[in-house]
Amino acid sequence: MTELSKTGAAVGEPSPSDAPSAFLEVRDLKVHFPTDDGLVKSVDGLSFQLEKGKTLSIVGESGSGKSVTSLAIMGLHRLGARGKNVQMSGEIWLDGKELVGADPDEVRKLRGREMAMIFQDPLSAMHPYYRIGNQIVEAYRVHHDVSKKVARTRAIEMLDRVGIPEPGKRVDSYPHEFSGGMRQRAMIAMALVNNPELLIADEPTTALDVTVQAQILDLIRDLQKEFGSAVVLITHDLGVVAEIADDVLVMYGGRCVERGPVDEIFEQPQHPYTWGLLGSMPRIDRETSDRLIPVKGQPPSLINVPSGCAFHPRCPYADIPKGDVTRTVRPELQQVDGGHFSACHLSQEDRTRIWTEEIAPKL
Amino acid sequence: MISYILRRTFAAVILLLVVTAVTFAIFFLLPRLAGQTADQLAQQYIGKSPSAADIAAVKSNLGLDDPLYLQYWHFIKGIVSGATYDLGPTTTQCNAPCFGYSFKTHVEVWPQLTSRLPVTISLAAGAAVMWLVSGVAIGVISALKPGSFFDRSFMGVALAGVSLPMFFTGNLALLLFTYQWPIFGRTYVPFTENPAQWANTLFPAWCSLALLYSAIYARLTRSGMLETMNEDFIRTARAKGLRERKVVVRHGLRAALTPIITVFGMDLGLLLGGALITETVFSLHGVGEYAVQGIKDNDLPPILGVTLLAALFVVVANLLVDLLYAAADPRVRLS
Amino acid sequence: MRPWREFGKFPLMEEKQTIMRRSALAAVAAIGSVSLLLAGCSKADDGKTDDGTKAAGANAATKGVVNASTQAGGTVTYEYSDVPDSFDPGNTYYGYMFNFSRLYARPLMTFKPGPGEKGNELVPDLAESAGVPSDGGKTWTYKLRSGLKYQDGTAITSKDVKYAVERSNFARDVLSLGPNYFQQFLDGGDKYKGPYKDKSAGGLASIQTPDDTTIVFKLNRAFQEFDYLAAQPQTAPVPQSKDKGIDYVKNIVSSGSYQFQSYDEGKQVVLVRNKNWDAATDPLRKQYPDKIVVNLKVNAETIDQDVQAGNAIDLGGTGVQAATQADVVNNADKKASTDNTYGGRLVYMAINTKLKPFDNVECRKAVQYAIDKVSVQTAEGGPIRGDIATTVLPPDIPGYQKADLYATDGSKGDPAKAKEHLKACGQTTINTNITARSDRPAEIDAATAIINSLKTAGINATLKQFPSGKYFTDYAGVPKWDADNNVGLMMMQWGADWPAGFGFLQQILNGSAIGASGNTNLSQFDDKEVNDLLGKAIGTEDQATREGMYAEVDAKTMDAAALVPLTYFKVLLYRPANFTNLVSTAAFSGQYDYLNIGTTKK
Repeated sequence: MTELSKTGAAVGEPSPSDAPSAFLEVRDLKVHFPTDDGLVKSVDGLSFQLEKGKTLSIVGESGSGKSVTSLAIMGLHRLGARGKNVQMSGEIWLDGKELVGADPDEVRKLRGREMAMIFQDPLSAMHPYYRIGNQIVEAYRVHHDVSKKVARTRAIEMLDRVGIPEPGKRVDSYPHEFSGGMRQRAMIAMALVNNPELLIADEPTTALDVTVQAQILDLIRDLQKEFGSAVVLITHDLGVVAEIADDVLVMYGGRCVERGPVDEIFEQPQHPYTWGLLGSMPRIDRETSDRLIPVKGQPPSLINVPSGCAFHPRCPYADIPKGDVTRTVRPELQQVDGGHFSACHLSQEDRTRIWTEEIAPKL
Repeated sequence: MISYILRRTFAAVILLLVVTAVTFAIFFLLPRLAGQTADQLAQQYIGKSPSAADIAAVKSNLGLDDPLYLQYWHFIKGIVSGATYDLGPTTTQCNAPCFGYSFKTHVEVWPQLTSRLPVTISLAAGAAVMWLVSGVAIGVISALKPGSFFDRSFMGVALAGVSLPMFFTGNLALLLFTYQWPIFGRTYVPFTENPAQWANTLFPAWCSLALLYSAIYARLTRSGMLETMNEDFIRTARAKGLRERKVVVRHGLRAALTPIITVFGMDLGLLLGGALITETVFSLHGVGEYAVQGIKDNDLPPILGVTLLAALFVVVANLLVDLLYAAADPRVRLS
Repeated sequence: MRPWREFGKFPLMEEKQTIMRRSALAAVAAIGSVSLLLAGCSKADDGKTDDGTKAAGANAATKGVVNASTQAGGTVTYEYSDVPDSFDPGNTYYGYMFNFSRLYARPLMTFKPGPGEKGNELVPDLAESAGVPSDGGKTWTYKLRSGLKYQDGTAITSKDVKYAVERSNFARDVLSLGPNYFQQFLDGGDKYKGPYKDKSAGGLASIQTPDDTTIVFKLNRAFQEFDYLAAQPQTAPVPQSKDKGIDYVKNIVSSGSYQFQSYDEGKQVVLVRNKNWDAATDPLRKQYPDKIVVNLKVNAETIDQDVQAGNAIDLGGTGVQAATQADVVNNADKKASTDNTYGGRLVYMAINTKLKPFDNVECRKAVQYAIDKVSVQTAEGGPIRGDIATTVLPPDIPGYQKADLYATDGSKGDPAKAKEHLKACGQTTINTNITARSDRPAEIDAATAIINSLKTAGINATLKQFPSGKYFTDYAGVPKWDADNNVGLMMMQWGADWPAGFGFLQQILNGSAIGASGNTNLSQFDDKEVNDLLGKAIGTEDQATREGMYAEVDAKTMDAAALVPLTYFKVLLYRPANFTNLVSTAAFSGQYDYLNIGTTKK
């Protein structure tokens, strides 16, 4: 991954010549929602790239902009009653097509076929009144001009593929008749029915119990291999990240604070917030007597994002850099090495020292 | 399922008994408790200056000197097994369900109910179709663009529709569409006789009644749609790449309509028990008008008859709503 | 015979305006401006009939026959906002049904169609001449016309008349809604159980039918106004073989010029020509229209619209609604199509002569002087709804003599004079209650006006309201209740069952008429002279002498100040164009005589 647009400056009218080589590329994405209380800057200048066959994990607290980013890629913000009010800028390139400025109907045609999404809570994400099979059939027939019978065969095939026993029978079940894990499998079957090249999974295992979580993650990984899709995995669970991701993107307050290959993020994290996340991650190999170290304080308001470094009110090391730079200057993403970037005012030395001396031993 | 319906039916019978008992008590027991004698009551159903013998005759013929529980029992018995009346040179058999006869005119109640019911059904059904279609359509459009000019103006009209009494809208409709521009008929014609004439005559009444209800339904639909369109499954439907129209109708409306079915069933059930005011304003000879006449004459059997009929409709509507709900929402299981 | 306009048991004029009707009026009043706007472009409002002729002028039908015509054919439509008690001539007490039923049920006697008080004239109908009294007025003999037939062609006999009287007056457990004068006046009437219970061949012995055309009534006392009783629809013949008791109404066998084509209970009645009716046997009926339709339970506003459009006649004959009234009287052209006439009815306030301190005549006189009758008249709806009354008998009842015993300046009351009488009564102030019927807004308003006038004389009255259905049976008509509740004053209206003094005065002034409940002599007036006069009058053969006695009763009642006459009730009828032979008759409270109304419409 390489940084393309660090400045957050507005990008002009996209043209084919701008088309990047990466399969998915997000450039300086901004998603703002005007409300009565003020402008909510859910995503404020986000950029990243993703190649086919790779998995990118976006991690962060609730409200950090993870889900908003995924919905922006899918083009779902512009729909519905509030769609008119959303302010979006930047570029999203999928397989050579720019989506932010594209005709909504063109984006709709891509939705479900080239890019599909798995949601957090499969119970509420599936329509309670329609049979599972019919919901998959519907997803298939939107993009394929086939008879219901053919689509049904396809639905059964997909249910079988995601590991639902007796798919010929369960195809006629209603969502509430499935267990949580089964529902998520069905949801995945529905998302993959059109062989999408990009799969966005928004906290796909959060609502499931631990044993099922592993099964679902295995399934996603297997399917990714089989279909060669790119996967964006949104989660706040670093355990999941360690399991499945190739790259990690840490979001805080609508912006990226650190990103890099999964090994580097776990071995040499550079941002105090990432340290916090790692510290609050339960680990099987940890001594039971060690306490989890939560990140203190509340997530930032997206209407009045703290000046300077958005993390500074919660950062234990905010006073180390000289002057009030952490409170006045917003840190830009800087290359640590290779594909590893971080946005922090701490010097490289301080970071290495704090990590090795203070944080790592406790983990 | 069968046992469910059986149990519900049993409960309904009990409910109907309670409803009749309460009606009976309101019109008979309370005046008695307030000191009205059977003689005074009987006098209300005879002409001027009756002799003591007249009062006694009327009293015994109407059964007013029986204890109240016995009067109630006779009423219930008549419904179940019929009754025999002595109202002329020969006795007449009133077959079950026998709702008795009017204390005032001595005309049997049941034939009145059955002959008036088609009018009430015509009124209620036509209005129901109108308000359901218009109310839901307005509600959906408003919900899709909340705060828009359309939304604001229609919700304003809806508020007016709810607040305006039928005496106003009904009489205004009459004034405009039957007096000043007589484009609509005024004499009810049965559907079986001439469907076009039937609709033509009922149209102003439908509109007036529908205005009242569609306002409520528009608001119900609007809030239901606003809620539903924020549901996760709507996002899923969109993520599939469905066209927005299909998302709204197949996924949004389908879910938003289900609770409306409940309200609709109850409203329709109540209306079938007689749209008292609408029938009065539009001179429609339905069961509601019959009830009004009964109340005016303090004539218990018609009141009881209509009350029982209305209660029956509500109970049946309630059962149907539950069955429909179960059919509409697979998560609901009848037990 | 006069409708039975008063007495609370039955829906009367104002009672049409139940609570709901009031709201309807309010609503219509609210949209009145729309109505006025629209009226500008409506062609029916120019006061002309469809063929361009001007309306006959205000009150024309009270002075003569309007649109007199022998044109036959067409359909005459009647509309009514309520339902009658029954179409069965033996089971009705409504004036308009007495009027209308004559189309299919011929009584022995009837009223000759005529304008105003000329309509009070009795003429033989089924009988060939008026009743012949004998035995000093205790026996009345009628001879039927020859050639009378029912609609099925069978002959009408005097036995059918006897049967009709028996069923309507003596089977009160079944046919309870009509009057029962025959029961009261026929010899042995208190013992006979009626034809349904008493199956003996002879029936009631005091009605004799020596042959098929003769009928003799034997009374228990002299009764010189018996011809009025014979004019009730109860004397219209009913063939015993066709009588089904309460169900007879569904299959009435016609003796008149029209017969039932259909009978739809509470909704609609259609009459068509009776082919077996013979004009040779009937000097009154003309059989003009082909068809007569009665639509029941029609919205009162709709009726007013239809009447003004010339499409219907208001069967109830109680006049237009308040909103229409305002529209009509303020429009000269429309006013030319109205008839504003007396309804044979007195609006009054009874004074409880048995309750202290009103048992003292001076206290009653104080009330007489205190009341501002103009304010009461205004509350009742103004001069259109009634003239200020000063006598018991209204001007359209024979026996009326103009008088004003307690005259005050402009009828506006005289508090000073009232206080004088109050002093004479030994009082300076009186606290009492006044009753009125809660479902009659005009009566409530009038009572309120009275309360205000009485206050100026030191009489404090508190209004108590009761539903009209129970006014007489449970409240004002129960003397004990009145005494227990200090009810000294009672709002009341009264119309006679037949247009003669006895029919009017007997029920409200005779001491023997005071009942324990359902009492209509609300004043509980029990004056020996008045009682004797009434008894004597009804046995007096000479009509002029009789009427003189009624005037005397009236005067004596006013001397005793037993009641305060407020207004002589008037109705405002809109005379629909397109109908012929319209004549407003005093015999039926100013209604149009329904016998020969035809239509110019085809």
